[in-house]
Amino acid sequence: MEAALNDRILLAHGSGGKLAHELVEKSFVKALANPLLAKLDDSAVIDFSGRLAFTTDSYVVSPIFFPGGDIGKLSVCGTVNDLAMSGAHPLYLSLSFIIEEGFLQSELDQIVNSIQQTAQEAGVEIVTGDTKVVHRGSADRLFINTAGVGIILEGVNISGSNARAGDKVILSGTIGDHGIAVISRREELSFSTSLKSDCAPLGGLVAEMINASPNIHCLRDPTRGGLATSLNELAKQSRVSIRIEEEKVPVREEVLAACEMLGFDPLYVANEGKLVAIVPPEDANKVLKAMRKNRYGKDSAIIGEVGAEKPGWVVMKTVLGASRIVDMLVGDLLPRIC
Amino acid sequence: MKFITEFRRSELAQGLISQIHRQSKTSVRFMEFCGGHTVTIFRYGIRQVLPKTIDMVSGPGCPICVTANADLDKAIALSQIPGIIVATFGDMLKVPGSNSSLEEAKAGGADVRTVYSTMDALKIAEDNPNKSVVFLGIGFETTAPTIAASILQAEEKGIKNYYVLSLHKLCPPVLRAILDSGELKLHGLICPGHVSAVIGSRPWEFIARDYGIPCVVSGFEPLDILQSVDMLVNQVESGERRVEIAYRRGVRPEGNQQALRLMEQVFEPCPAQWRGIGEVPDSGLKLRKKYQRFDAALAFDIAPGPTYEPAGCICGDVLRGVKTPADCQLFGKACTPQYPVGPCMVSSEGSCSAYYLYGGGFER
Repeated sequence: MEAALNDRILLAHGSGGKLAHELVEKSFVKALANPLLAKLDDSAVIDFSGRLAFTTDSYVVSPIFFPGGDIGKLSVCGTVNDLAMSGAHPLYLSLSFIIEEGFLQSELDQIVNSIQQTAQEAGVEIVTGDTKVVHRGSADRLFINTAGVGIILEGVNISGSNARAGDKVILSGTIGDHGIAVISRREELSFSTSLKSDCAPLGGLVAEMINASPNIHCLRDPTRGGLATSLNELAKQSRVSIRIEEEKVPVREEVLAACEMLGFDPLYVANEGKLVAIVPPEDANKVLKAMRKNRYGKDSAIIGEVGAEKPGWVVMKTVLGASRIVDMLVGDLLPRIC
Repeated sequence: MKFITEFRRSELAQGLISQIHRQSKTSVRFMEFCGGHTVTIFRYGIRQVLPKTIDMVSGPGCPICVTANADLDKAIALSQIPGIIVATFGDMLKVPGSNSSLEEAKAGGADVRTVYSTMDALKIAEDNPNKSVVFLGIGFETTAPTIAASILQAEEKGIKNYYVLSLHKLCPPVLRAILDSGELKLHGLICPGHVSAVIGSRPWEFIARDYGIPCVVSGFEPLDILQSVDMLVNQVESGERRVEIAYRRGVRPEGNQQALRLMEQVFEPCPAQWRGIGEVPDSGLKLRKKYQRFDAALAFDIAPGPTYEPAGCICGDVLRGVKTPADCQLFGKACTPQYPVGPCMVSSEGSCSAYYLYGGGFER
């Protein structure tokens, strides 16, 4: 029987009883169909060989539907991208829901559908999961946790501590799209923009980059805290300085305009489908070329380079030719953007 | 037309920079009054590209920074009264008062809400008829008209639980006070863009006339600031003293008449306390008698207790332009944006924060 449009999730859907089983069978197993999940054992049992990458993240974005994506798509992309940034080939995810009583079944179906589509695109399977329903007011609509595993590709050694002086810094496209798209739909602040979140799974892009050069030193996805925070993390971890050029960092006019209005700096606004790569100079053009061929890297650009002096510093040459420090994000620019 | 990238184009900037270098002969000190300008100047490294003949100092144009501790304490005390919701612009949360901040009060259970406009505060009042909603009216001539509009709307709709703690400040009177003090010799003033969009350029004319200081009203993009500096240099080198508008896309000489009428209708000038400057006559706004029932200071019994200033903090001197953030022994050590001691490190428009975040002169 098809769910009626106004059917709602009840506390009993998380009780482990009949309704709970029905929800799992109808909403999850069917949509996310794969043999490992369909077994419904207490754990997914998987054969593995090689070096394993393992990560987890929780998703509390508000609103749960935003231009260019929703919390479901985000919960797959975020975890897949964390695996990819370690040079891993993402394989399996777990999926865990915390749902506020009264949540619409139709919205849940929409989110599960979006999880399925994103997982399919990313080439990962959802192999285990859990559902809890909490009293109204105990959670804001819907929270998701995913964990993921992947296999590190042969001959790859990617880490935030591998940057060396002379390396080039490559950014995979425009910054700030996700953060601004999400906040544009906040009730208290809604403004109209044609902007969409850049939310995307980057496993394929990373595989093509590694294919072009297995010597990539660092990868990082500039999510919360934005590009500025990622570059600072890399500079500190590798004990190097990073110098970027303002004119080379791609930012959409809509993002610039929204940032001016809100008093933000695009360097600190979150992304969900971008990466920064630090690459030996001799491989930079090869990697850049490979990136530009991928749909998620077509606006890639070399934005700066790594230096040995003043370890831990990130400095930007401004459009005026002057220099300024790019510090880590202080405080909370935008709460609950992921 | 692209309203942002057009004003950040590096080839246009280079042209202006070389023109300033060619023209500037006399050693001068220019003040940018407004915190928004300070941020642009540091964010783009404008001080680094100007000739050595030009010394730029930052002024008191950050509304949060100039709010006196005694007034902050009042806001925090209000948040402690049961049944009161304090609505405020987000910048205020972290600013330390004598003993606490609104952020700490909130963590301790006070109902403090961040809003993006006065109308949001009014809506909170409508949605919570059993509570009293106090909006913290902090800002210059830029925010005062919108707060006036919210009071008029509250009256029209018969909303009885909406109040304003009016801590508004007016810019021209404080500039007069700074110039009268004689502490600082200025040869040019970059006048605030947004304030002038409301009040116009005429209220600055006394500065050129009575004090012989050239003035230029500037916008907020790097090219706006460079153009304004260029116009000031031009006046200095040709011996002129007048008020010019560089920010023509935002400011008219007569200002925004509708906004001014709203302000006039609801508020009247009163003396106000400025951090580091003290009491300045006619530099604040209080509610006119007709609207006094919206005045939070009259409606609630607030007794915040004695006021303390943080030891070692030189925010007051920084706001008057007589010291720079780097002169402060707390700067970058005991006082950072993460653990701010003084308001100039908290506000995104504060000089200390701009200096710290963008590395003014790379001293850090």
